Amino acid sequence: MKTVPALLVLEDGKTFHGESFGAQGETIGHAFFSTAMTGYQEGLTDPGSHQSVIIATAPHVGNTGWNDDDNESGRIWAAGLVVRDPSPRPSSWRATRSLVDEMTAQSLVGIAGIDTRALTTRLRDHGTMKVGISTTDLDPGSLLAKVRAWQPGNPVADVTTAEPYVVPSQGEKSFTIAVVDLGMKAMAARIMAAKGMDVHVLPATATLADIQAVNPDGVVFAGGPGDPAALSGVIDCVGAVLAAKIPVFAIGLGAQVFGLALGLTTYPLKHGHHGTNIPVKDLATSKVWITAHGHSHGLHAPASDEIPTAYGTLRVTHRCINDQVAEGLHLLDDGVVVGMAVQFHPESGGGPHETSAFFDQFSAMMTTRRASA
Amino acid sequence: MPKRTDISSILVIGSGPIVIGQAAEFDYSGTQACRVLRDEGYRVILVNSNPATIMTDPEFADATYVEPITPEVVERIIAKERPDALLATMGGQTGLNTAVRLSKSGVLAKYNVELIGANVEAIERGEDREKFKQVCTSLTGIPGPTPEVARSFTCHTVDEVLAAGRELGYPVVLRPSFTMGGVGSGFAHNEDEARTMAEIGLEASPSTEVLVEESILGWKEIELELMRDREDNVVIVCSIENVDPMGVHTGDSIAVAPAFTLTDREYQHIRDIGFAIIREVGLEAGGCNIQFAVHPSNGRVVLIEMNPRVSRSSALASKASGYPIAKIAAKVAVGYTLDEITNDVTGITPASFEPSIDYVVTKVPRFAFEKFSSAEDTLTTHMKAVGEAMALGRNFTESLGKALRSLEDPQAPLRFAGPVMDKNEALTLASRPHDGRLQAVIQALRAGASVDEVFKATWIDPWFLDQLCIVLDLANQVAQAGVLDADLLKQAKRHGLSDAQIAEIRGVAETEIRSLRWSLGVRPVFKTVDTCAGEFAARTFYHYSTYDEETEVKPRTKPAVMILGAGPNRIGQGIEFDYSCVHASMALSKAGYETIMVNCNPETVSTDYDTSDRLYFEPLTAEDVLEVYAAEAATGPVAGVIVQLGGQTPLKLAAALQASGLPLVGTSPAAIHLAEDRGAFGQVLANAGLPAPRYGMAKSADEALRIASEIGYPVLVRPSYVLGGRGMEIVYDDATLITYVTTVTQASETNPILIDKFLDDATEIDVDALFDGTDLYIGGIMEHIEEAGVHSGDSACALPPITLGSEVIQRIRTSTRAIAEGVGVRGLINIQFALAGNTLYVLEANPRASRTVPFVSKATDVQLAKAAALVMMGATIADLRIQGVLNKHTDGSWPAPSTPVAVKEAVMPFNRFQTSEGQSVDTLLGPEMRSTGEVMGLDASFGIAFAKSQTASYGPLPTSGRVFVSVANADKRHTILPMQILADMGFEILATTGTAEVLRRNGIAVTPVRKRSEGVSPDGEVTVVDLILNHEVDLVINTPYSGMGSGSTRRDGYGIRSAAVMADIPCVTTIQGLIAAVQGIAASRKGEITIRSLQEWAPLMRPPA
Repeated sequence: MKTVPALLVLEDGKTFHGESFGAQGETIGHAFFSTAMTGYQEGLTDPGSHQSVIIATAPHVGNTGWNDDDNESGRIWAAGLVVRDPSPRPSSWRATRSLVDEMTAQSLVGIAGIDTRALTTRLRDHGTMKVGISTTDLDPGSLLAKVRAWQPGNPVADVTTAEPYVVPSQGEKSFTIAVVDLGMKAMAARIMAAKGMDVHVLPATATLADIQAVNPDGVVFAGGPGDPAALSGVIDCVGAVLAAKIPVFAIGLGAQVFGLALGLTTYPLKHGHHGTNIPVKDLATSKVWITAHGHSHGLHAPASDEIPTAYGTLRVTHRCINDQVAEGLHLLDDGVVVGMAVQFHPESGGGPHETSAFFDQFSAMMTTRRASA
Repeated sequence: MPKRTDISSILVIGSGPIVIGQAAEFDYSGTQACRVLRDEGYRVILVNSNPATIMTDPEFADATYVEPITPEVVERIIAKERPDALLATMGGQTGLNTAVRLSKSGVLAKYNVELIGANVEAIERGEDREKFKQVCTSLTGIPGPTPEVARSFTCHTVDEVLAAGRELGYPVVLRPSFTMGGVGSGFAHNEDEARTMAEIGLEASPSTEVLVEESILGWKEIELELMRDREDNVVIVCSIENVDPMGVHTGDSIAVAPAFTLTDREYQHIRDIGFAIIREVGLEAGGCNIQFAVHPSNGRVVLIEMNPRVSRSSALASKASGYPIAKIAAKVAVGYTLDEITNDVTGITPASFEPSIDYVVTKVPRFAFEKFSSAEDTLTTHMKAVGEAMALGRNFTESLGKALRSLEDPQAPLRFAGPVMDKNEALTLASRPHDGRLQAVIQALRAGASVDEVFKATWIDPWFLDQLCIVLDLANQVAQAGVLDADLLKQAKRHGLSDAQIAEIRGVAETEIRSLRWSLGVRPVFKTVDTCAGEFAARTFYHYSTYDEETEVKPRTKPAVMILGAGPNRIGQGIEFDYSCVHASMALSKAGYETIMVNCNPETVSTDYDTSDRLYFEPLTAEDVLEVYAAEAATGPVAGVIVQLGGQTPLKLAAALQASGLPLVGTSPAAIHLAEDRGAFGQVLANAGLPAPRYGMAKSADEALRIASEIGYPVLVRPSYVLGGRGMEIVYDDATLITYVTTVTQASETNPILIDKFLDDATEIDVDALFDGTDLYIGGIMEHIEEAGVHSGDSACALPPITLGSEVIQRIRTSTRAIAEGVGVRGLINIQFALAGNTLYVLEANPRASRTVPFVSKATDVQLAKAAALVMMGATIADLRIQGVLNKHTDGSWPAPSTPVAVKEAVMPFNRFQTSEGQSVDTLLGPEMRSTGEVMGLDASFGIAFAKSQTASYGPLPTSGRVFVSVANADKRHTILPMQILADMGFEILATTGTAEVLRRNGIAVTPVRKRSEGVSPDGEVTVVDLILNHEVDLVINTPYSGMGSGSTRRDGYGIRSAAVMADIPCVTTIQGLIAAVQGIAASRKGEITIRSLQEWAPLMRPPA
């Protein structure tokens, strides 16, 4: 079999020579390594992967091919895929085509056959950086210049839904919720619908008025890619919703926006949290959840128990016990939880299922709010 | 929640002798548990009858009982030690079953002992098939399809089994309850098979219970390893996928980690089920293994079973992931939560996470069918593998190639050279699961079969088959390339082709490929097993080779010693060799060296990343060892390479390694040759004036006949350079000799056959000694119970020698020294002598650690392997005597009078193997070693020590009841006295006609019984075989009638012995064994058995001078 050479260049100038995998061409994005051993289809279609080049630490990728059920959005969002050993032949009764077929069809540029562990430990030790992959420009200096010149723009604007849409509840309907889509995974809406919520998904530019128009019992901010500090409109929206006393559940990028709205600050994590094996501890009960993560920023959250904010008292409820990064927040108003945020992905969509229990907490919050309204 | 302070002492039960299905992995697990519990400040009391284990080293517990693991003995230990808690999940099925019995009989309650790790209810819900089924079908709250179990019926009689078979439709699977390694389980394709298997299975099950279930043959087989703490935190440590689909026992399957053919949806679904099960079963603080079957074309998930304890799979998962399951299980059992436990590997993250692995782990089973020539070698749900090898690579093909060459079986590595088989023939061969099926798969692919065709024949997942196609494609490129360039060579190496395979394909020498590869700079790098796929830096040095860009071997400054391990366990080379390697590592580390272990056996303590400073999980081939050495030599000084402790495996590499300039220490390859080459060794003996049985070396049948006629029959024949008596036979006539030479072993110029005079009726003696060039230190002298001719590994033996006078012992000393000096030993030597008449013949010498080193060490409280390692690095015996490593003044030849007698008994795997007709294989002992493990009985005198050894290996000797005796003519006169004693003790004696007549004439009351060949009498009197099968006999004594031809069944005797195996009744097959048994029975009847820990015995073994 004839292979096409491909080049990978990191922002710091380190190069790797491999083979083209998927579409040929050139791509640049943020490099992150994912330690998940399953769920590449979910990862590639997660809008949170937009503008990111995913480095799979799993030794083989493509084993189960591609199917029409496991997408987390309508398309592949990742900017590139780096693997050591692609699987030529998929094996899954649900597969309808191979990963390479899909990558080619969706023009996803990838590289295979490189030392992904060396690349991973480099990002671990030197921190996250930009990366380029090319099959058309094999000159490291030239590709490096392009990598360094690359600017991400506004990724949330790319991934959010253009038009509002509704995912109707299954079974008995209990709540109406609004989702401000910062790059939500499809699984989040699916789980909430399964738990009896009518899910109204709104674009990231939604205002309080747009939200109130659907008369929601609660609002979810879910997603997504990029730097939360750039999302001033959404930060304001979170504040407005809280001021309107509507319960808020913020997930992923939404959680960072939630923190910013409450006066916290964010910072880029050295190499991010990307995997499905990450332990997060509930500080009140000591229960440890194994969770799915896809975030590159953290919230500066003081260690003190109670943080006064304009909307109530903020409390850090969960931390990642690998590195003590704040992973969960509660906003309390008079001792009642009125807002909650988790940086991990309780909806799974690649990753453990138990955390779907967090959506029940959201339901409980809405029930309490309804009772007191 | 921190550790419990309401308990202060903990009893740990080990798993006893190594048997098929329960092997070294429980030493690995138990050693970890003991170490952790002691580190936590608990008083640890251990019981394990297996002296070859690291866990029974006195420093791993506060009180170590090398005693039989029976409820009676363990109760006595409990009464004496009064532990607060019992940890039963480390000792396999043996530990678990013993604990359940102690709980049910009220012993635990009586002495107020709490079962920790798993309570009895949880054990039963996990192990009892009916209860487990109820657990599975009552699970709620799992998203997706409801969990299912295979449709099944629990049966207690053969009729119930047959009814179930009719209801479910054949084939059906039979699974006896509460048995380990799947004893008695398998597929029944029709009513006849079901009937035979039901009889065996009901017998094997302690609860006389067999589950009959629908066939899920050919489905994907997936395993999960789970861990849970008292706060209900649960993690999946590892997923494992079997390459051999359902139908082959997981212990007999090629298996990979992680699972490769499930999407995230399906993986998370079985993960959800696993979580629900561990909670519903109620396993509160510990680990478990759960097996699933997944239908390859519709995804239906069926639960197979759960093991609420550490297991072979958990040991594999620990080695595969770097997450030490037994250690963590011990910690959660004493109250820690997972987040309170630090992940040793990173040093900064907690144990409450799920390891992510960025490499591929492949485990391949090692079989021993060649030892049981009449045994059926089709693989079923009844485990038959005696060991396993594991390998890591950055992809499946690389790890598979490494794993196959780790087996050290020339048939194992995939063959791309030679003639191409007929496609249909290869497909037919591949369709039957057997050792070497993957070879048939490759041959089918070579013959042009498509992946789909092979899948239809084997049900091996197409993903794996497609990976094999990648290797095949590369092999073809290697064959066709005009010149091997760096790119192609690198590709071939990345997909696991060894230098030897490439050389075979190209028709050149392996060394030529290696030189070419090195000159092209195609070298492997070494990556690290770190539990987290590189997310955090690792503090431990657990490495594997791979062809990639960047190496992770860190520089070091201290001189290092590289120890080569023993590879996969097999008959003849088992855990005993791992024990010596581990001891060397401990001693050298203490002496200030960095230790580097190289091994590929996932079951062992040596491959625990905690054992040595650096661990290389690598095949023990010249290629792989040279690369490890090169990597280490590049990062720091290497003071020595040890090849003498891992058995024949590293010893065979000695010459090649020395030729490549490695600094081998200890006995030199030239000296090894002196001991192993018969001609050279004969010269050593002649120079020292020592007698050896006459022998000759034959390269053809004519030569063999000439030699045999010169030295006279009987003769002992065997291929040269073997371990464990492979292919060894005692031959009594020309015809058998010709068959042996021409067909069995195919003697040739390159494969000569050794022919020795066989010494009838001699006493065999084994000596382990240490020599430093100046001084000799005798570790121990062992006298075999069975006569010479029974392989030393299968013979029971006693230490000190029970019938040898001081004059003989002095001669043994002198001879040992002469041989050690003559050969040029620096370290350990094992010599076998035979005392015939008054002549002390030298049978053979092995200039390396022997199988008996751990037994001798335990029996004398002197750790020989540690001393040997130090001697190899330059210490003198005089130094070691002063340091107290060795006895100051005396040695093993003159033990103190207070020294107890230790008896080693071998444990045979006969109950594991059946002929294709469903009969048990013959149980006769012979020159070919067939035991898998050993036990030690230790007591003040021989009789009790022997009785303990029997209890620990085969169950207690009877103290009353019926004895059946039938012996060969030659043995009849030696039978009279022991039978008289048994009769006097009140045993009823049954005998076949000939033996009965002799006994009656000597005044012994005897009841004649019918031989099997005589059949049931017209008035309904049954034969002895029926009596045995009906448990109407308590002890069987049967010696064989003629010479031991290979696999030829001596009808009546064979029937008797196989019935005894099937009925699990003690069966003695030698006169010496009979005499020992009588002594043991007499001692047991007097109730003289004491229970004493090794720590209590130590001052008696080594009294102050």
